[in-house]
Amino acid sequence: MAKLIVYYAHPGHKYSHANKAMAAEARDVDGITFVDLYAEYPRFEINIDREQQRLLDHDVILFQFPMFWYSTPSLIKEWQDLVLEHGFAYGVGGDKLAGKCMILAVTAAGQNDAYTRQGYQQHPIRTFLTPLEQTAKLCHMDFSAPYVLYGSLRAPQEGLLEPHVEGYRKLLEAIRDDRYDLQAAVHGEVIACNELPILEGA
Amino acid sequence: MGEILLLAFLFLIAGVVAVPIASRLGLGSVLGYLIAGIAISPILKQLDVDVVSIQHFAEFGVVMMLFLVGLELEPRLLWSMRNKLLGLGGLQVGVTAALVMGIAMALGQPWSVAMAVGMVFALSSTAIVLQTLNEKGLMKSDGGQSSFSVLLFQDIAVIPMLAFIPLLALSELASVANSAADDGHGTGMSLVDGLSAWQQFGVTIVAISAVIVGGSYLTRPVFRFIATAKLRELFTAVALMMVVGIALLMTLVGLSPALGTFLAGVVLANSEYRHELESDIDPFKGLLLGLFFITVGAAINFDLLFANFGQIIALTSGLILIKSSVLLALAYAFKITNANRWLFSLGLAQAGEFGFVLLAFTVANGVIPAPLADKLLLVVALSMLLTPALFILYDKVIAPRYAGAQAREADEIDEDGSIIIAGVGRFGGVINRILLSAGYKTVVLDHHSEHLERLRAFDIKVFFGDATRPDLLHAAGIDNARMLIIAIDDREQAIEMVRYVVEHYPHIYIVARAFDRHHVYELWAAGCRDIIREHFDGSVRAARSALEALGHHPYDAERQTRGYVENDKVAMRELAGLYDPDIPVHENTAYVERTKAILASHEDAMRQSMAGFGSRIERGWLPPSLDDQAAAIADNAAKDGSSTQ
Ligand SMILES: Cc1cc2nc3c(=O)[nH]c(=O)nc-3n(C[C@H](O)[C@H](O)[C@H](O)COP(=O)(O)O)c2cc1C
Repeated sequence: MAKLIVYYAHPGHKYSHANKAMAAEARDVDGITFVDLYAEYPRFEINIDREQQRLLDHDVILFQFPMFWYSTPSLIKEWQDLVLEHGFAYGVGGDKLAGKCMILAVTAAGQNDAYTRQGYQQHPIRTFLTPLEQTAKLCHMDFSAPYVLYGSLRAPQEGLLEPHVEGYRKLLEAIRDDRYDLQAAVHGEVIACNELPILEGA
Repeated sequence: MGEILLLAFLFLIAGVVAVPIASRLGLGSVLGYLIAGIAISPILKQLDVDVVSIQHFAEFGVVMMLFLVGLELEPRLLWSMRNKLLGLGGLQVGVTAALVMGIAMALGQPWSVAMAVGMVFALSSTAIVLQTLNEKGLMKSDGGQSSFSVLLFQDIAVIPMLAFIPLLALSELASVANSAADDGHGTGMSLVDGLSAWQQFGVTIVAISAVIVGGSYLTRPVFRFIATAKLRELFTAVALMMVVGIALLMTLVGLSPALGTFLAGVVLANSEYRHELESDIDPFKGLLLGLFFITVGAAINFDLLFANFGQIIALTSGLILIKSSVLLALAYAFKITNANRWLFSLGLAQAGEFGFVLLAFTVANGVIPAPLADKLLLVVALSMLLTPALFILYDKVIAPRYAGAQAREADEIDEDGSIIIAGVGRFGGVINRILLSAGYKTVVLDHHSEHLERLRAFDIKVFFGDATRPDLLHAAGIDNARMLIIAIDDREQAIEMVRYVVEHYPHIYIVARAFDRHHVYELWAAGCRDIIREHFDGSVRAARSALEALGHHPYDAERQTRGYVENDKVAMRELAGLYDPDIPVHENTAYVERTKAILASHEDAMRQSMAGFGSRIERGWLPPSLDDQAAAIADNAAKDGSSTQ
């Protein structure tokens, strides 16, 4: 059984549809740790020791957030800046996270075809996530393909949110039960709810 | 009675007229007093006033000054000065005395007279030098500290000198001496007369221990007892009683009163009553020293001076030259650098008030013949009179040359720039702890003995005193402070304090605690620009807690309360500008109108936020609505269409 921690960050939780539903689902999964970062640190006073201990206690670190200006909500940035210390996460003696895996669960308002070279976002979504990817690398962690919901604002109306939330539960449970094909996921681009690399019967 | 009043009036008016003029001309207060003395000396002569005995009385100012100096000097600091004290001080006294003695013998004086003269001239003027250094803020500089070491050594050295001088007595003069004995200094009272050397030593040790032990253990209960009476003048009385008592004890056992009170000062330097003592004694010290300087000026015998003009001028300049050369050599040897070297050498180049004492004593003991002593007296007085000129030379000519080095030094000297916290109840207490933990130096004042008791139990250093008194603020170092935090529990006095400090120390940043909205406005009107309502933050947090408990997401609760705080701050600012302490609030129409308008706009904002958009509180992290998106897409399509066409 892999130990999974979900860090959820959404400053506008009140207005959220997609992430709110996903978070409710994740909170409901047994045997994993769920942290609402904005609830725990409403004044950004991140407890570094506690967070580092959490990292040590888990194998898979998942960040769930809406894409804001091609990046994360600011508290996740703050969290990284403080928690991923030299000597802990990277640099001399900084091997405490080696071998762990980072996964992102991102919602973006832009459509699938917008996040292409030809689309109006001009880059695939992975390009915007490279800072996190490289962060994982520098911390000796694997970076698994992100679980993405495109068109997040219209997804509820278009009936796309429900399958995404269901897929999210399956993803979390599979990771927890070591049924998630990390190998495949690490080499993938993005993962959608209808193509989860879940190993059957394992 | 009338005569005393007349005399007092004469001295006061002379000082009040002369000192401000001298200060304005940049000559320093000491020269002002000396000139005042010279100016009134003809009148004093007419009135047949015994200037010398007034001078002896006024010398008590020196005793008080050393007490105050001691208060500024923690034992640790004194100990770290021991090398300078003994080395620098000892060499200065020894070498100067020997040189002067040699010259006196070369001029034909017998060795015993020459030696006595050497001792007289080796001493410098504690009164003038410390007063001047303090006035110029040079006390903490290297030159100031070295000067102080030497002066302290001299003050101590007077005691063995007084013991030694009778041994030099000339037989022909001895008979005169007996009749003239007891000039007022070798007082008639003594506990140690007729005791053996060992017994004397024992009594001395007991007396010093009494000062140290009494200072450490008796002050606190005595002051606590006094505090119960809540009478301001009682503190002054106790402070005076202490200083006078110690001086008396020291005189009785044949020690220097100045040394005794200095020791007591050092013992009390760590006490929470330090600033209270300082502010109580300081005015007396100032007045007595002023009186002392006036008498020095008044005692100059101009008839004698003009009769022997050349000789006395030559002797005086010779003396200043010798003393400053010795000091300069020592300054090199002890690695006192730059401008400090000159401050040290020029500052201490005069003879001093103890010179008067010793001269009177030598005459009384038949060591120096009276006619010679009169001339020497003139030399001492003249050299003191010239000291301010030497300081001016230092200020105007020497210091500017080292200006670069000085500026660098200024940082080190500047141990102050401390933060004064007035009132250390729960409010001030938290501020103090946070500032201390951030590494700042605070000076905490409070006049509740309960607060002091409580804090002392936790080893927190607090000074007793009513922070609303300007003299106590001064003693606590407001002149050099960088910030004042007003956390006293009296709203009117807090306002007074703001007004006073804003007016007299406009550069000091003030943070004030307010009790309520109107207190804020009053503090604002008084000139404070950083005002914290004491219950405001607590209420805001309680509201936030309530929102969280009602199921609001903690971050929403945080945003909601933050928004309230922001709105409130803006409104406060605006209303503070309209508030007028002289008009009752409900009669102040501008204020009332604005309040109504602000309340109305708050309600609007609230209603809007109910609708889900737009207010200061609710803005943020809202993606465009579906309608907005549709509109944008249509817009884009239209543009694309037009561009492809
Ligand atoms: C401040 C802000 C910035 C945003 N920046 C982007 C962006 O750069 N790219 C994007 O595709 N969507 C962006 N969006 C849209 C959000 O990703 C979208 O609101 C979110 O995924 C919806 O999820 P939710 O229902 O959980 O709030 C932004 C939204 C906000 C409020």
